[in-house]
Formats: sequence, structure tokens, C-alpha cells
Amino acid sequence: MKKSNDREVATPHLAEEWVGKVYTFICILFLIITIFSMVYFVASKGLSTFLVNGVNVKDLLTGLKWKPDGEPPMFGALPFIFGSFSTSILAAIIAAPLGFCAAVFMIELSPKIGRTFMQPVIELLAGIPSVVYGFVGLSVVVPLFRDIFPGQGVGIAAGALVLAFMILPTITTIATDALASLPAGLKEGSYALGATRWQTIYRIVLPTTLPAQMTGIVLGIARAFGEALAVQMVIGNAPHIPHSLFQSASTLTSAITLSMGNTAMGSVQNNALWSLALILMMMTFVFVFIIRWLEGRKKL
Amino acid sequence: MSAKTADKIATGIIIFITGLIALALIGLLGYILFRGMGHISWHFLTSPPETIRKGGGIGPQLFNSLFLLVLTMVITVPIGIGAGIYMSEYAKAGKITSTIRLIVEVLSSFPSIIVGLFGLLVIVNKFNFGFSLLSGALALTIFNLPLMVRITEQGLRSVPLAQKEASLALGISKWKTIRSVQLPIALPIVLSGSILAAGRIFGEAAALLFTAGMSTPRLDFSDWNPLHSDSPLNPMRPAETLAVHIWKINSEGLAPDATQIAAGASAVLIITVLLFNLGARALGRYMHNKFTASK
Repeated sequence: MKKSNDREVATPHLAEEWVGKVYTFICILFLIITIFSMVYFVASKGLSTFLVNGVNVKDLLTGLKWKPDGEPPMFGALPFIFGSFSTSILAAIIAAPLGFCAAVFMIELSPKIGRTFMQPVIELLAGIPSVVYGFVGLSVVVPLFRDIFPGQGVGIAAGALVLAFMILPTITTIATDALASLPAGLKEGSYALGATRWQTIYRIVLPTTLPAQMTGIVLGIARAFGEALAVQMVIGNAPHIPHSLFQSASTLTSAITLSMGNTAMGSVQNNALWSLALILMMMTFVFVFIIRWLEGRKKL
Repeated sequence: MSAKTADKIATGIIIFITGLIALALIGLLGYILFRGMGHISWHFLTSPPETIRKGGGIGPQLFNSLFLLVLTMVITVPIGIGAGIYMSEYAKAGKITSTIRLIVEVLSSFPSIIVGLFGLLVIVNKFNFGFSLLSGALALTIFNLPLMVRITEQGLRSVPLAQKEASLALGISKWKTIRSVQLPIALPIVLSGSILAAGRIFGEAAALLFTAGMSTPRLDFSDWNPLHSDSPLNPMRPAETLAVHIWKINSEGLAPDATQIAAGASAVLIITVLLFNLGARALGRYMHNKFTASK
């Protein structure tokens, strides 16, 4: 391209504008096509268990026995669904108070230490890869639980603890943002009335930022729900509903991770795993809509 | 109990819990580095793994991780920046744009294993790319695009409006303005965001199990022709990355020193991700200082 000609000719100018428009539009189109084909392919595979192989939807969602190689094969996915929900919700129950405390510390108690020390700590926690969490869970948490509690140490408790650390950065970051964006007048009003810092925190700060805190918690649960390898390493992978938190269990993701490579494409065993993936995907939609709803409430 | 005592107790508890979180992270990092550092040596970093004997290394895995990272970034960055520009500059406020926003949000919250399964179904089987570096790179691209779009949007939004308007007022086309005025100003944010995304790619495993595969063929590190099947640069060969390797030896490792290898590999992974993190911060700060008048 010759620079000197640019001023005289108007057409390259328009052509350039056109290039920009088309290029960026193709990029966004790629994104949209990708997500629609993702939903389409996972759904068509997941539904073929019911449509082609004739497995009953209700049996899959509420059945307690997962025996794909049995005679007749049984596809009860309830143990996996139960495992996924219990680990992720338990993880959120552990991580939410911790995240709230860290956020209060960073905003209300000591912003200086918060910015210079806690902020990098939280960011580092977010950067640690999930397999490393799984490895540490396997070599620290599981032996610890095995010594303290009856059982093998693996199970929902170990999975939830590992997940709690993984989602702590998400919850803390959103809680911190919420506390920081609170109008100063609210807190000052409370202090002016003679309230102590703690009274201000749990009477004013916590109730007003609750929708935002909930957003963080739901985001955390969503992340925990979809996490595969770290959970698979510490949960034990027994396909039944455990009787205690320290007994081997299974989640949707761990079942998919373990068996997807061992089943032939198109077989009913393989399709059933795609149905698990479909459940996982539907839950992602549910989480996104809950978050949208909570964010809508935050604006009020 | 008086309000003042309650305040003191609550403050104490909050400080205690925050300290606990900090300690947990220090313990976590210390544990990984302490367990792993002793096992890291030049031999460990360069030699191929052993299946049943002692003394295997992580050489090919480390190379695969780095090569996959480069491949993924080469695909992700142009598409992500393009889509980000569209969202921030070209998209008109309205129903369609907010739908696109929702779509990007949904894509960013998909679990990585779903992305991996989609990759298995479409990239590996339908497009017939097989278990290969290219399949892995495409799956990771899908996984990272929403992040890249968000980073670009954020960067472009940080550009002062006056600068954009001054450029447009000079009669410069919109695309040229974006390219030569807005993007350079947004560069520090885009670049440090991309490095963080790179750290995420480096540690990702679930999306790669069924796309890049769980094995590495014997590589000939003296053959750098990308078209040869045992060349390390061939993008169509299966490639087990470092993160996948850690998962694999933990769940089905047969070597007697599997735990040490896992510890060493975890330490290498953590150190690399930390370097990415620090690099992103340092680079962001350096470029901010260089491009703006602030000292």
C-alpha cells in the first residue's frame, strides 16, 4: 500500500472501512455458529439415548443403578446428579463465608493489606490449574480424611473441599466488587447513628449487597458443577449414592471423563454418557439464567 | 454482650479467617514447590516418560504444552480481538446485540469438559482431524474466545472518547481509527489479558482429554519439518500436554515413581503459570508507563 496515494483516492478508504466491518462480523459470526452447533450436537447426541435406544427419560433421571454393561443395561443417573449437586453446593457453603470474610477484610478492615497482599493471593489461587488442585487433594486432603474419619478418605467431602478452594477466588472477587461499589453514605449514616463496624456490616452492608453476593455464589456453584478432573481425582468414582460424606461417590463430570474413552461412538453406553453431558449443559443454562435474574435484581 | 465486644469478636474472626485463606495458599504453593522442586532436573525436563520403569521425564509433554499454547494463541487472538471490536464498536444497542452478549456469556460458562466433548464429536470425528494438536488448539480456542472478547471490549472501553473523536474528525475511517488509534491505546490491557488467558490454556486438561489425546508418539527432536509424522512440529499428531499427563499418572500411572513425577510436573506447571501471572502484571505496568504520561 502506497501512503502518498491515500489522500487522493477515496475508494481505498471505503474499501478499508468495508474490510473492517466484514472481518469483525465474520469473527462474531464464528462465535455464534460455534455455540449453536455446540448446543445442537450435544443435544442430538444426548437425546438419541431416548429417541434411538429407547431408554426412558424418567428412568435415566431417577434411576439409582448405573450398569451400562449389565443384562439388561441400566442407566440410572441419579447418583451422578446427586454427586454433582452435593459436591458443588457443599463447596459453596464452605467457600461463601470465607469469601465474604476476605472481602470485608479487604474493603472495610484493611484496604492497604487487602490491595497489596490479599488481592495477589486471591489472583494466584485463581491461576492454579485444576489438575494441580486435584493432585494436592489426592496427596493431602484424602490421606487426612482417611486418618480422621472412617472410610477411604475419598468422597463428597474431599471433592467439596477441593472445589471450595477452586471457587473461592470467584466468590471473593465478586463480593469485593460489591462491597467496594456500595455508596459511602449508607455506611456513614450507620456510623453516625453510633453503630459499631460489625453492626454496620451485618445490618447494612450484608443486606444491601446480598444479590451481588448471591451472584458470586451461583457463579461459584456453576464452576464447581462443571469442574471435571480435580473432582474425579478425589471423589472415588463409585456409581452409587453414598451413605456418608466420606464414602466413594461419583459426579456427572467424573462419569463422563472416566467412561467416554472406553465406549464406542454410537453405542447405547456411549449415548448415555452424552445424555449426562446434556444434563450438564442444561444446568449451565439454568445457572446463567439465575445469574441474569440476580443481576437484574441488583439494579433495583 | 455489648455491641463493642461483639464488634471486637467479629473483627477478630474476620481477620483470623482471612489469615487462614492466605496461609492456605502459602501452604498450597509451598507444598507443591517443596514436594516437586527436588525432582526437577535437566534430565526430568527433557527426557521422555517411562511407563513402568523409574526415572521418566516430562520432556515431550512440556514441549506439547508450549507448542499447543502458541498454536491456540495464533488462532484465538485474531478472532477474539475481531469479535471484541465488533461488540464494542460496530454492534448497535438493541435486541440482537444483547442476544449476542447472552450467547457469549453462555459460552464462557460452559464447562470445559463440554467443550472437549464437542471437540471430540465435531473436530476430531466430523472434520476428521483425529486426536491432534490442531484439534486441541481449536477446542481451546472455543474455550478461550469469550474471555478474549471480554478483554478486548474492556481495553477498547478504556480508550478516551476524545482521542477516538479527534481521529474521526480528521476524516480517518472508522476501521483505521480502531486499528491505529484505539487498539494501540488498548494494547496494555489486551496484552496482559491475553497472557492470563495463556496461563489458563497452559493448565487446562479437561478440554484436551478427548481432543489432543492422551498419548504422544515417539518424537524425533532433530526433525523440524512440520510435515513429517514424527516431527515435534507436526500439528496433526496426538499430543499429551503437561496437565493431562499429571491427571493420567495420578489415575493410572504404573511407574514406581509416579507420585514424584506428578509432584515435579505440578511444580513445573505452577511455576510456569506464576511466571505468566507476574509477566502479565509487569508488562501491563511497563506499557502503561511507556504509553501514558504517568510515571
